Amino acid sequence: MWIYEKKLQYPVRVDTTNPALAQMILEQFGGADGELSAGIRYLTQRWTMPTNQAKAILTDIGTEELAHWEIVGTIVWKLVKDASIDQIKGTVFEAHYVNHDKSPFPHDASGVPWTAAYINSKGDPIAGLHENMAAEQKARATYEWLINISDDPGVKDALRFLRQREIVHFQRFGEALRIVQEELDRKKYY
Amino acid sequence: MDRDQKMLLKEIMEYSFALVETALYLDTHPYDERALRLHNDYSSRYHELVSIYEAKYGPLTNDRMSGCPWAYINGPWPWEINFDI
Repeated sequence: MWIYEKKLQYPVRVDTTNPALAQMILEQFGGADGELSAGIRYLTQRWTMPTNQAKAILTDIGTEELAHWEIVGTIVWKLVKDASIDQIKGTVFEAHYVNHDKSPFPHDASGVPWTAAYINSKGDPIAGLHENMAAEQKARATYEWLINISDDPGVKDALRFLRQREIVHFQRFGEALRIVQEELDRKKYY
Repeated sequence: MDRDQKMLLKEIMEYSFALVETALYLDTHPYDERALRLHNDYSSRYHELVSIYEAKYGPLTNDRMSGCPWAYINGPWPWEINFDI
């Protein structure tokens, strides 16, 4: 069960219209290591988690990822909403525009649409939590590359916030892994 | 959205984020009494601020009571807000 709250998790400011940057930011909207993958991955793994701590952390981080997906979509929207056709023509955003106008769409920076093949839910909690820790590090790296190519102070600020969240999530998944490992060890009788 | 509304909404967003952070920590440290105190303090202040905001500016969630017309639909929606003050 979810309920929508009419607020963003972080106040998104964008200083200058920039369709080319918007196209790059879409990497985290619909790319392999983006926020949509993260949210669907964690929320899907919940059914087979053996401990209450792990069920809770997957629920809460999965939910936070959907809030991040909304932040990323808002960055993209604010980068393109005032763009003229002349500002779009000739940029890497042009191919996006002819299919989606200025709507964000879950594809990566190269235009490859999102697919469930980006995530997994093996039913094995150890495999799942390791996958999640790797996913957080990959997302952190992507945010660093995006920060490197961004020159908009508002966009950089929001990207830094999102990067920091990946680090916190990695830490929490590591703790959940330790808790689950201890629980599985406790249940082994020889 | 005027300056006062924006300031109050941003304060609510700050408490809401602090609650996410303490909740995640507590999910894997359920016996940490210091973190629980922090979480409970933030929770109490958060709900106070939401009540003040909603009385003045309208509902943040669609489970609230509303006069006529239904106030939940009123903009700006979160992705439309200019956060510059």
